[in-house]
Amino acid sequence: MKNIHVSTTLNGDDAEFVCAPEETLLDALRNRLGLSGAKEGCGTGDCGACTVEMDGRLVCSCLVLGAEAQGAQIKTVEGMAIGEALHPLQQAFIDHAALQCGICTPGILVAAKNLLERNPDPTDTEIRYWLAGNLCRCTGYDKIIKAVQIAAADMRGA
Amino acid sequence: MVSVKLWGSLRDLADGQETVEVEASNFKELLDALAAKYPALKPQIDRGVSLAVDGLVYRNSWFTEIKPDSEVVLMPYMKGG
Amino acid sequence: MNFQSNTKANFKVVGTRVPRPDGVDKVTGRALYGADFNVPGMQVGLILRSPHAHATINSIDTSKATALPGVKAVVTSADLGVPEDESLRDVQDNCLARGKVLYDGHAVAAVAAKDMATAKAALKLIKVDYTPLPHVTDVDAAMKLDAPVVQEARADESVPEGCGPNVTHYCEFGHGDLESGFGMADLILERSFTTAATHQGYIEPHACVASYGTDDKADLWCTTQGQYFVRDLCSGILGIEGSQLRVTASEIGGGFGGKTTVFIEPVALALSRKAGRPVKIVMSRVDVFRATGPTVSSSMDVRIGMTKDGRITAAEAKLRYQGGAFPCGTVDMGAQAAFAAYDLKAVRTQGWNALTNRPKEAAYRAPGAPMAIYAVESVVDELCQQLDLDPLDVRILNAADAGTKSSYGPTFDQIGLMATLEAAKEHDHYHAPLGENQGRGLSCGFWFNFGGNTSVSLAINSDGTVSVTEGNPDIGGSRASISMMAAEELGVAYEKVRTIITDTSSLGQNDVTDGSRVTFAVGLATIKAARAAIRVMCGRVAKIWGIDEDAVVWEDGAAKPSGPNAGDFEPMTLADIAAISSETGGPIAGHHEVNAEGAGVSFGVHLADVEVDPETGATKVLRYTVFQDAGKAVHPDYVEGQMQGGAAQGIGWALNEEYIYGDDGRLQNAGFLDYRIPVASDLPNIDTVILEIPNPGHPYGVRGVGETPIVPPLAALSNAVSRAIGVRLHELPMSPPKILKAVMAKG
Repeated sequence: MKNIHVSTTLNGDDAEFVCAPEETLLDALRNRLGLSGAKEGCGTGDCGACTVEMDGRLVCSCLVLGAEAQGAQIKTVEGMAIGEALHPLQQAFIDHAALQCGICTPGILVAAKNLLERNPDPTDTEIRYWLAGNLCRCTGYDKIIKAVQIAAADMRGA
Repeated sequence: MVSVKLWGSLRDLADGQETVEVEASNFKELLDALAAKYPALKPQIDRGVSLAVDGLVYRNSWFTEIKPDSEVVLMPYMKGG
Repeated sequence: MNFQSNTKANFKVVGTRVPRPDGVDKVTGRALYGADFNVPGMQVGLILRSPHAHATINSIDTSKATALPGVKAVVTSADLGVPEDESLRDVQDNCLARGKVLYDGHAVAAVAAKDMATAKAALKLIKVDYTPLPHVTDVDAAMKLDAPVVQEARADESVPEGCGPNVTHYCEFGHGDLESGFGMADLILERSFTTAATHQGYIEPHACVASYGTDDKADLWCTTQGQYFVRDLCSGILGIEGSQLRVTASEIGGGFGGKTTVFIEPVALALSRKAGRPVKIVMSRVDVFRATGPTVSSSMDVRIGMTKDGRITAAEAKLRYQGGAFPCGTVDMGAQAAFAAYDLKAVRTQGWNALTNRPKEAAYRAPGAPMAIYAVESVVDELCQQLDLDPLDVRILNAADAGTKSSYGPTFDQIGLMATLEAAKEHDHYHAPLGENQGRGLSCGFWFNFGGNTSVSLAINSDGTVSVTEGNPDIGGSRASISMMAAEELGVAYEKVRTIITDTSSLGQNDVTDGSRVTFAVGLATIKAARAAIRVMCGRVAKIWGIDEDAVVWEDGAAKPSGPNAGDFEPMTLADIAAISSETGGPIAGHHEVNAEGAGVSFGVHLADVEVDPETGATKVLRYTVFQDAGKAVHPDYVEGQMQGGAAQGIGWALNEEYIYGDDGRLQNAGFLDYRIPVASDLPNIDTVILEIPNPGHPYGVRGVGETPIVPPLAALSNAVSRAIGVRLHELPMSPPKILKAVMAKG
């Protein structure tokens, strides 16, 4: 089957790519658009390492077709920092050791940012349930939850 | 002479002894002496052994010094994750 | 100057919580992991796997696949030689089956094609003619005399006569007179346990790119815990010289022992050699579960005698492990670790390894120890319950300490078990009230810790900065701890040091990142490399000042006269000396190569509070505290991170995780949906208490910390659940149906 031409908005910039009809958004991001921040941990929507934002909604990009990005607003971890300034979540993750190997970090950051935009003052339990679709095998989540709270407090104060 | 403690399953290969005595001043000499005196131990030695000398575990290191009064325990070669 | 000192006490950098040097890369998506690496002209590699648990391969017809347009190469085991070395042959046969397939998912053939669609189509065109054979996946069934034979004649000389054909290894440890020990006991309990096989569950699947030239020079990029070991295995399998294969480790997305060997790398190299083009292989999650290296499953009997005041008089364990279709020595480690926490006059452990039709076991964090210690700590807890004794007091009464003859032979030097037990006893967690359907469990944990082959090179740059080159992939913040130790020793700011991890052609041998060895051994080599550079710098300054080298000392990052007699000179800082290095003799560097020994053993104690829902059998972990001796915590955040992460993996092992095989011998839950690792909402905060009992074998007292924390959760959870429901459990995982069944049986 013929490839499909897709026009989309990626981290605020216009972007165009062609992809096969069955190609996932994750593969399109990684192989067509050169953004390898979103990771494939399972390919079945179970691990959340490929989490991106699509029109303000969190999706596992391994479960979305590349063609579905047509006309959509896509945001990935690569769009979180503005120039030299890291997003408060990114800074908190570094300062409070909320990552070890770092493979799940892009997905968790994208998911946590989306949470804080909806709920600037979440409880620990709300963070834990919001991030329940993002597997981390290294940290036991403790420092991730704390870093999200610290970033949230920082953003409320900012 | 150095007294070397063998782990349980090696004892049958060394005439049933728990502790054997060999002439050695380092790890390598000890392995050579053990293999010469008790040839049945050689396959395990070739597969790999660790050596605890006075409580510290050495995985290799032929020239690790062994004193006559050192506590020497033969252990399987250690592997971690 | 004393360059051998092992007694440092006042630290400026070590012990602080600095930001990790790879932090920005990893929070912005810049960091490149295994699957993120690409080269021009790359082909897609894909592997065909066995649908059978056990079958003879009569023939493999690759002609149609080879003829498919876009296919560049097809390989089978026929494209590789047969290594003489038995363990290398096993690694190779696990990567591409030879003669028989030994488990569901065993690799049979592989293709390289222009794209994924072509590669998938080509796999379907490979015709494998199998004759299925009877299979066995359960360890107790595999031990039997009439069990299906997984591989012929693989027993080593340790195996006593009368064992079944799948038993490949036997071991026995211990000392003292068991019979008289049990004779002194007021209560003897004997219990049997089973634990399921679990997977390391790293989120990043294995991935590699191989580029093999017609001149037999090759490059390999891959995610691994040890690029040097990958080089050794792959060059052995491919039959090329080690110097001609350069292996570069990518960032690693978790390993926990599972990335200490090879699965796809030799296949990618063989495909690339045949195709004359670079080949990339990325494993799917299904294949990671089916065909990488989960840990052993076990069946165990433990018998312990205790006096009514809590003294253990004798202890015995029988451990039966299966580590898949190839011989495996993990039971040695379990049998040695089982009773390490106790000072025992009479102890014996016996271990057997049996072959099964399951994937070849790989190391998983403290391999062999968690299950054995789970069984031991469960029986100790039940003895305490029946004798109405405080379980922590009983541990303290029987704890191994400096001078204890350990259950595996050597006499312990300084160890931190007593300190962790006492810290647990003083902690308010141990005294907090419990509600209905709640229980508290505790367990000790232990790991040996290793050193091993290590090479470090350290350059003093002319602008006064420092470059450290080492060869162990950074799996959880080790670049930070290595930079910190270099900064500490040199007396410069942490920010002045950058540590990079290099490829196999650029530095001497480095053993795999395993055995909790990196902070200990690479740290030790870094400190020694820094001392070598300091020696050079002091020598240069001595010449400038025209005094003896011995009269120059290094303090706070500067060379100084050793005393008034040495002369009156202004100190020269590292930056001062570096700036004129060209004039004083050339570049300044230090390096150190060592097979590091003297890693101190590590002990931990975990406390767990749980609540069990009597309606559903579901367990909620309410509170969790980890106490562990770190020797010296170089970067406390990442020490805590190891303690928390290990605890979480152990909690998953205790409550949910298991390999489930069907009657057909095929894996039934090869995915994160059905193999359920703990998610954020499953866990409470995991509190940590770091104890620091210095390891005399390291200049700063460092002990490895990574592996011990996965050991105690199994029994801590089982003891907590057993106390909560009032019934003893003897099987992991304690999934809700099993707990419910136990509650119902109690009535």
